[in-house]
Amino acid sequence: MIADLDPRTRAVYLVLLVAPLVLLAGLYLYPLSRVLWLSVTVPTPGFGNFERLFTSDAVQRILWTTGKLCVLTTALALLIGYAIAYAAVHLPGWRGELFLFFVLLSFWLSVLVRAFAWLTLLQSRGLVNTALMQLGAIDAPLPLIRNEFGVVLGMVHYMIPYAALPLYANMRGIDPRLVPAARGLGAGPVRAFLRVYLPMSLPGLISAGILTFIFSLGFYVTPALLGGGKTIMIAEYIAVQINDTLNWGLGSMLATTLLLAIFVLLALMAFFVDLRKVFGVK
Amino acid sequence: MTASIVLDRVTKTYGGAPAVDDVSLEIGAGRFVTLLGPSGSGKTTLLMMIAGFVRPTAGRILADGRDITAEPPERRAFGMVFQGYALFPNMTVAENLAFPLTLRGRSKAAIAQDVARMLDIVHLSGLGGRYPRELSGGQQQRVALARALIFNPRVLLLDESLSALDKNLRAGLQEELRDLHARLGTTFVFVTHDQEEALSMSDEIFIVNKGRIVQSGSPKALYDRPRTRFVAGFLGRTNFVDGTVTARDGETLVYSAGGLSFRQRARDDAPAVAVGQPVLIGLRPETLRLGEAAGGAANSVPGTIDLVTYEGADYHVRATTPLGPLQAIVASGNGTPVPARGDRLTLAWGEDAAVVLADDR
Repeated sequence: MIADLDPRTRAVYLVLLVAPLVLLAGLYLYPLSRVLWLSVTVPTPGFGNFERLFTSDAVQRILWTTGKLCVLTTALALLIGYAIAYAAVHLPGWRGELFLFFVLLSFWLSVLVRAFAWLTLLQSRGLVNTALMQLGAIDAPLPLIRNEFGVVLGMVHYMIPYAALPLYANMRGIDPRLVPAARGLGAGPVRAFLRVYLPMSLPGLISAGILTFIFSLGFYVTPALLGGGKTIMIAEYIAVQINDTLNWGLGSMLATTLLLAIFVLLALMAFFVDLRKVFGVK
Repeated sequence: MTASIVLDRVTKTYGGAPAVDDVSLEIGAGRFVTLLGPSGSGKTTLLMMIAGFVRPTAGRILADGRDITAEPPERRAFGMVFQGYALFPNMTVAENLAFPLTLRGRSKAAIAQDVARMLDIVHLSGLGGRYPRELSGGQQQRVALARALIFNPRVLLLDESLSALDKNLRAGLQEELRDLHARLGTTFVFVTHDQEEALSMSDEIFIVNKGRIVQSGSPKALYDRPRTRFVAGFLGRTNFVDGTVTARDGETLVYSAGGLSFRQRARDDAPAVAVGQPVLIGLRPETLRLGEAAGGAANSVPGTIDLVTYEGADYHVRATTPLGPLQAIVASGNGTPVPARGDRLTLAWGEDAAVVLADDR
């Protein structure tokens, strides 16, 4: 391609190509490699930091919490996202579009705004607890934040659009006559869904699942605010190591672990689906 | 196993607008019946109500005398071939065919045997392992047909099933469908907008327009004796002549059109027209005789040929006459003189050849 062009145009193309690469390398890849480097050099050279993955109770507890909450968040976001996408695709006319609009609406709200909104709603003297107490349903405020419940709630709320949109794209491609066809052949509504619709929407579920899970793994703001320092996930823990305890070696080791875990996940998923399709490249 | 279907004053409205408006019809067990109408006429809604995918707003649907109006599609167990076939893309051809049998809890061996037998009937033996996307349109059509028939349904419903195929393939499949119908004896209800297909395949045609059945009967009865302008124009070609009744002579109407006088036999079922009133006459192109003189026919009109289209088996001729342009069809085989543009001639027809139509415009 480039070889066919005259030298001047070629030079312009090359500059346009190389400039963003240089920018990326300087501002992104170099700092990233420094972080990776820190993880094996600070405080002493070697894999001492990585040993703590297997020896430190604190680190293992954080990893366990992160994994558990991310799986839970992904499962719930997929379930709710599936229902929303299904409704958006199958409701006639403007009703379906309305569903989609609400999904996109939460996309446009800053993650901070949403986390603080949950805080206002869920804290001890927040709207929910006050209302319940005035109704006499409870005597003491329910613990709705500063625990795993609050973190998962906030994360699921944030992740729903990321689950719903790939599912919506997938479901739009499913022939709407397939379920009636199955019904006509003798399948009840449940069996028609399980045998025909669900298998057809599986690629969408996998795409949405990867996306949500990876996003959840590195989630910082919502867990930090709604966990209130009690329920701590890996991103917040890393931030504490870097900013507060200045334990850069441990922090960068966990960052590296997170990055590697995501790569491993993607590699695993590549066995089942075409990743280029998942990320919309193809 | 075969069943009769009765629709009893069935209406379906969508947001106030009726898609199907107070339709009653009877489909005899084992018949091949076609619902024929333009797109948007309500024929597909009728079929979907018979299948159970659409609930009527009012009225009842009976199968073999039993009310099935509230029954879901899976309980009715009618075979259905969808427009676009709706084959399951994630299953092979054999798995598609096995689907309705698995649901009925049949043994693996019995299923394999039935699938093989059905593939043989639709001439797809050896393609059981393919996925639908690896098949041609005609092959997919046959898989859909086989899947709809494999569980011995009492009724087979076909929605515009042949429309997407090219002409030659379609003719072949039409023949296969009729053979299958003759062999299985299942009631076939076929929906189409293609009038040729309806004429060549059906025992009985229901013509649907604006949510109502406008006329029904055997293909020949409908073609020869349309009652309205819509039916005459939709089924085959028709010349329309607008005239005024000038006299009544027993069963025969005398009317004037284009400054000439014509005679037309009016049957009992023809719309009543009084002397002095306008009348609409439908004249099939193939009933017109072309010649130099009237030759004793009851009606004749002079004309000049302004267009000749050769169609192989016959010539399609358009002539300018005092009645306006008239279409005529002349067989090309048996030594008839070749019509040519500019020829002056007489177009003649008997007083029985045309029909009096109700103008439902």
